[in-house]
Amino acid sequence: MRWIRHHLVVLAGLITLAYLILPNIVVMVFSFNKPAGRFNYSWQEFSTDAWKDPCGVADVCGSLVLSLQIALWATIGATVLGSMIAFALVRYRFRARGAINSLIFLPMAMPEVVMAASLLTLFLNLGAELGFWTILIAHTMFCLSFVVVAVKARVLSMDPRLEEAARDLYAGPVQTFVRVTLPIAAPGIAAGAMLAFALSFDDFIITNFNSGNTVTFPMFVWGSAQRGTPVQINVIGTAMFVIAVLIVLFAQFISNRRKKTALPK
Amino acid sequence: MTEKTEGGDVRLSGISKTYGSFTAVHPLELTVPQGSFFALLGASGCGKTTTLRMIAGLEDPTTGTVFLGDKDVTGLPPHKRPVNTVFQSYALFPHLDVYENVAFGLRRRGVTSVKKQVGEMLDLVELGDFANRKPHQLSGGQQQRVAVARALINHPQVLLLDEPLGALDLKLRRQMQLELKRIQTEVGITFVHVTHDQEEAMTMADRVAVMNGGRVEQLGAPADLYENPQTTFVANFLGTSNLIEAEVVENSGGDVVVTAADAKLRLPAERCATQPRTGGKLLVGVRPEKISLAHADDAGTIAEGRNRFTGKIADSSFIGVSTQYVIDSPVCPELEVYVQNIERDSRLVPGAEVVLHWNPEHTFGLDAAQDIDAGVETVEETP
Repeated sequence: MRWIRHHLVVLAGLITLAYLILPNIVVMVFSFNKPAGRFNYSWQEFSTDAWKDPCGVADVCGSLVLSLQIALWATIGATVLGSMIAFALVRYRFRARGAINSLIFLPMAMPEVVMAASLLTLFLNLGAELGFWTILIAHTMFCLSFVVVAVKARVLSMDPRLEEAARDLYAGPVQTFVRVTLPIAAPGIAAGAMLAFALSFDDFIITNFNSGNTVTFPMFVWGSAQRGTPVQINVIGTAMFVIAVLIVLFAQFISNRRKKTALPK
Repeated sequence: MTEKTEGGDVRLSGISKTYGSFTAVHPLELTVPQGSFFALLGASGCGKTTTLRMIAGLEDPTTGTVFLGDKDVTGLPPHKRPVNTVFQSYALFPHLDVYENVAFGLRRRGVTSVKKQVGEMLDLVELGDFANRKPHQLSGGQQQRVAVARALINHPQVLLLDEPLGALDLKLRRQMQLELKRIQTEVGITFVHVTHDQEEAMTMADRVAVMNGGRVEQLGAPADLYENPQTTFVANFLGTSNLIEAEVVENSGGDVVVTAADAKLRLPAERCATQPRTGGKLLVGVRPEKISLAHADDAGTIAEGRNRFTGKIADSSFIGVSTQYVIDSPVCPELEVYVQNIERDSRLVPGAEVVLHWNPEHTFGLDAAQDIDAGVETVEETP
């Protein structure tokens, strides 16, 4: 009884963690399955066939590359624009600043379906050809607000005197930005960029409305789930998960080492 | 590090700053002599930091000109002025270690081999072993020294210090006051120091400008300001003054004679900040430590020619080196008297009748048209 009381928090933590990770483990395990029919829903026997040939299903790797490309460009676009907006909103006083501040939240608050449909209306009225560019524009747009929120939080907590100190120490406007402002804002910008990448990569609803004949990875998964799920989907899903975990571990490792070397010589 | 930098005086000519309808600094004439340790002293919001920022170039003056030596620098941005600042709360770059913080100014000016200079500078502020630490791994006092080193390494014509000791505890602040004074003597650079702590200003500076409401109230050496305040604000803000409202009865020859209640007091005419008129009002001031106390029974032993009147001890507090008395008298309520604890008179306890007496030379006179309590409350402001 006493033991339970003392370890209640740890126990609750472990259960929550399991709840979060279990679906990933299922995906991982089934990437080693050799399904009997078209559907990969019941365990048959262990096999590494799919891992040896991840592009074995038609279009799977094409859609993956397309999704990565869109995510990359949308991240770059949204991060550059979003960071600039965040700096402008925090540092300058101008007309309609308050209005812009709240409008920025709109894409986050609006139901995705509504946004997807209205974007489609807009594109059709403009006579735009649906495909790579319309997807990219849509993704950049909804990633923007997340970047603004992440960077704004960081810029708000920045002491404006740091920039004054840089200017006082012979750094011109460009040097001040590159040497002081940007490095200090970097964690916020990186967080915003990662968020944007993740959001763009797995977006389905908005993409589905605005893609025309183009097929991104989430759309491929959706499409194939209706006809039968190839094990390759699990393989790619698992690979993405492992890469993400590795990146996090690597970042942790770097920051730990930095802390250690900075301590007394 | 001992060579004098070229430069000259800092001269502010008609400089002022207004924000909308609020005037932070009224047109101001101020000259800071080269190589001096100059303090701008005042309560918060008196315009001292704005003045400093205008010298640094971080604030554009609404009117007026800033000269460094003979050069007009009013239009120059901060990174083109040979002036460096130690900021309040230091503003050290959190992403750079101590070494890179100190090297920042040199690198921006294109100096490639900074190692020797940074090493020397870190030795000067006794932080040689901390070069690889990040600012957040240092104590407040260490951060403060990094901030000083980061500014001084550029050999500025003028070093500006904006409340540099405000964030430190009392003991460390005393230590850093001496440290800064030592560094200033060693490098010979002009220091302009902004502070609200009158003791700090008096300890460190050669010259002090007392500011109030965006104006310089008085400028001079610390001892001169303390002994000869020209306004009630200066009298109350620097140390403590007993100000007695009195009426001028005689103004002939060298001495002015005034009356307050039943007491007749004298003071030298040249120590009056205003021209006393017979029949007019005058504020008579005397510092608490100049006054001596005698028990009423010993009144006969007081020498002739001293200013004197009677009162009753309302309160006394023993401080160690001295005892501070509060004395009520018909002449003036709540007079402060500090008595050195050389021979303590056991009769001087609250309720005792006493005679206060002092040398008339130690009395100063101020214009009675001012607020008698100006500058009193502001001293209590916490750092």
